[in-house]
Amino acid sequence: MTATDSVAGRHAAPETASVAPAIELRGISKAFGPVQANKDISMTVPRGTIHGIVGENGAGKSTLMSILYGFYRPDAGQILIGGRDAGITDSQSAIRAGIGMVFQHFKLVPNMTVLENVILGAEDSALLAPSLSRARGELRRLAEEYELQVDPDAVVETLSVGHQQRVEILKALYRHADILILDEPTGVLTPAEAEHLFRILRGLREQGKTIIVITHKLREVMEITDNVSVMRRGEMVATVRTADTSPEQLAELMVGRKVLLRVDKAPARPGAPVLEVVRLEMVDRTGVTRLRGVDLTVRAGEIVGIAGVSGNGQTQLMEILGGYAEPGARVTGAVRMNGADLPLTRTDAAARRRAGIGNIPEDRQVEGLIMDFSCWENTVFGHHRDPEYQSGPLMDNDRVRQRAERLIAQFDVRPANCHLAARNFSGGNQQKIVVAREIEEKPALLLVGQPTRGVDIGAIEFIHRRLIEMRDAGAAILLVSVELDEIMGLSDRIVVMFDGRIMGERQPDQTSAAELGMLMAGVEGGGIPPAQGQPRAHPDARPDLAKGIL
Amino acid sequence: MDYATVLQILDSALRLMTPLLLACLAGLFSERSGIFDIGLEGKMLIAAFAAGAAGALTGSVWLGLGAAVLASLALAAIHGMTAITFRGNQLISGVAINFLASGLTVLLGQSWFGLGGRTPALEGGARFATITLPGAEALRGVPVVGPLYAEVLSGHTLPVYVALALVPATWWLLYRTRFGLRLRAVGDNPASVDTAGVSVVRLRWAAVAITGVLCGLAGAYLAAGLSAGFVKEMTAGRGYIALAALIFANWMPWRALGATFLFGLMEAVANRYPEIDLGPVTIPSMFMSALPYILTVIILAGFIGRATPPRAGGEPYVKER
Repeated sequence: MTATDSVAGRHAAPETASVAPAIELRGISKAFGPVQANKDISMTVPRGTIHGIVGENGAGKSTLMSILYGFYRPDAGQILIGGRDAGITDSQSAIRAGIGMVFQHFKLVPNMTVLENVILGAEDSALLAPSLSRARGELRRLAEEYELQVDPDAVVETLSVGHQQRVEILKALYRHADILILDEPTGVLTPAEAEHLFRILRGLREQGKTIIVITHKLREVMEITDNVSVMRRGEMVATVRTADTSPEQLAELMVGRKVLLRVDKAPARPGAPVLEVVRLEMVDRTGVTRLRGVDLTVRAGEIVGIAGVSGNGQTQLMEILGGYAEPGARVTGAVRMNGADLPLTRTDAAARRRAGIGNIPEDRQVEGLIMDFSCWENTVFGHHRDPEYQSGPLMDNDRVRQRAERLIAQFDVRPANCHLAARNFSGGNQQKIVVAREIEEKPALLLVGQPTRGVDIGAIEFIHRRLIEMRDAGAAILLVSVELDEIMGLSDRIVVMFDGRIMGERQPDQTSAAELGMLMAGVEGGGIPPAQGQPRAHPDARPDLAKGIL
Repeated sequence: MDYATVLQILDSALRLMTPLLLACLAGLFSERSGIFDIGLEGKMLIAAFAAGAAGALTGSVWLGLGAAVLASLALAAIHGMTAITFRGNQLISGVAINFLASGLTVLLGQSWFGLGGRTPALEGGARFATITLPGAEALRGVPVVGPLYAEVLSGHTLPVYVALALVPATWWLLYRTRFGLRLRAVGDNPASVDTAGVSVVRLRWAAVAITGVLCGLAGAYLAAGLSAGFVKEMTAGRGYIALAALIFANWMPWRALGATFLFGLMEAVANRYPEIDLGPVTIPSMFMSALPYILTVIILAGFIGRATPPRAGGEPYVKER
């Protein structure tokens, strides 16, 4: 199927039939060195529609959109905006052509105000005052028209992630964008914030704006888009009407084979408690209370999922359990492993490993891997003192390499070359290296933080299966994820964290995303219908703005 | 200590503050754009030499100043080349510039003038003339304020007043103009500027050029204002002290004035009272002279206040994939 024969926006504004499509790409190709990121891509997006682009990591979605936004110049091909060659050579000309882009990692200046961020690069004159007052009025108008309320004088870094995203949308609208591209817009949002975003996007569509959403969440594609294009390995494999497709079909098109979207698992058969956390409190070095009396039990053979917006204490909890609490923090309470107390302070991660705790950390590139070290070296970290890998006073590198080769084969790490540096693997394969290393040691308790962040569908399926296998083999697993689908799919019990507290515990089959979303926003009980407006992340929340994950 | 002594110390502090303030503002522009510059020292040094040499050869302080700015700009261009165009390591480039200036000034000085690296003493029109502020004489009689105006504020050379005027000017430029907004943005998140369709490279070059001009002025003032001629290593670490003051000032112009005045005051006190007799112990003169440097170390070690440097400082900007 080619791109041009199937698109006819169902929800399109009435006049679309007669006018030229908002965007038409013809034969776009782009290579980075030997890597062909985009191959002869053609795509048409009718005016006034929401168009989804799905594909695995590295499928070329972001490259294609960066070309459209003038960030890269294509090696070949043509971009037509409203039927005319827009001559897009850089971001400035893309903006002039009416294209606005909301990047996955926001391009905001954290210590400037909303107003300053909005006018940056679009100032009216050499002096700021006139631009600032005009922008203030414009923002008020846009806020009313599209539910885009943001305090214009707030400093960006004090805003929740959802509000920061609104600033990005406002930036684009202030520049009179008719076409809005959003790259993974819901990755960092709570369910309620995502709902609000969708309302905004629908409102923009009503006004005749054209919207492109890049995402890997198929549920969202089904919910919000009119048409959807699927990319695989740099090629456009299909463009279909959303109404005519299903998540299963899209997943199959993305991966090129049948994929199991639901996690298939037998009911848990929990055994004795392995991990007991009792009234754990933590005050960090700067005096901010991060944990306010957390009680938690994880039994052998079950997966306990911690849901919550990032920055509500999950990171601190996992760091304490992993044996690397922030230096200078005050930690009180108790952590027991098989009934024995673990030291809370002055402990080291190695002692935790000896106690039988494995750890898949939240940020694999910072805590899980040393990016410039080779894959085989990375597979032994944490176990490098084991006698097994020693030969006299030296490391037995041959043995480590042999083991790495075996793990690579078992966990289907690609490319299957253990001498490559960790940074040369894709996100999914990097994560497989970490998962392989931690699972291989058969820990009694496995701490898992954001196991599938930035990981493609095929690898997600694989990692989820491995975690279930570990559970069935009797391991206790504590899972932290901001992906609610993942928490609901994997967990045998779900606890929700908000502001350093456990807000409640639910059974995955007796709760809903809406109820969990309320708990995540700090609303007790959870049964109340969603309020107007949107939850703000806790003021101490650390928006993942600065993390800069690939 | 009588009032006359206080006035003398303040007057001297103002003069000693000037090169620090100019260098500090120079560093502010560069670092606000995301380019760390430890080469302030080297740029000031070569500018001082250029001012001394050109002043001695032509007898004109203005030609000396021009030569100073050009020499400093040349080193700034090297730094810009390394840090912006070739995305090299900014610290190493800065260190190299300091070494280059240190060696080149002495080598050229010896080969041109044969005075062991000095330049001939500058006289008359080769030095900055002192400026008497209007009404200084008339107001001298007014109690307290009069002498403060006539003896501390009045009677300095042009660079002193330029440096003082540059503080509000820099503040205005940073917070009230388009250039300032973009400059602050590019030092904190260059990607935000790039995606807004503004050239990161051009902004950073502009900032580095301003740094070059201001260091040139600072150097010229050292050789043709504060002293009368160039002396080997005459900057004496002022570039580093200016950097410490910049951190102390948290990269803000008005605080830069306060921080550099503090350093100027310490130097002035050390000059006025080489030894302080505290009865049982006498603080030796070496300690007093070392005081500004000790404070520099303390500030740089982060003991005073919490400084938040421009986030993108020191990192070359590469478009992310």
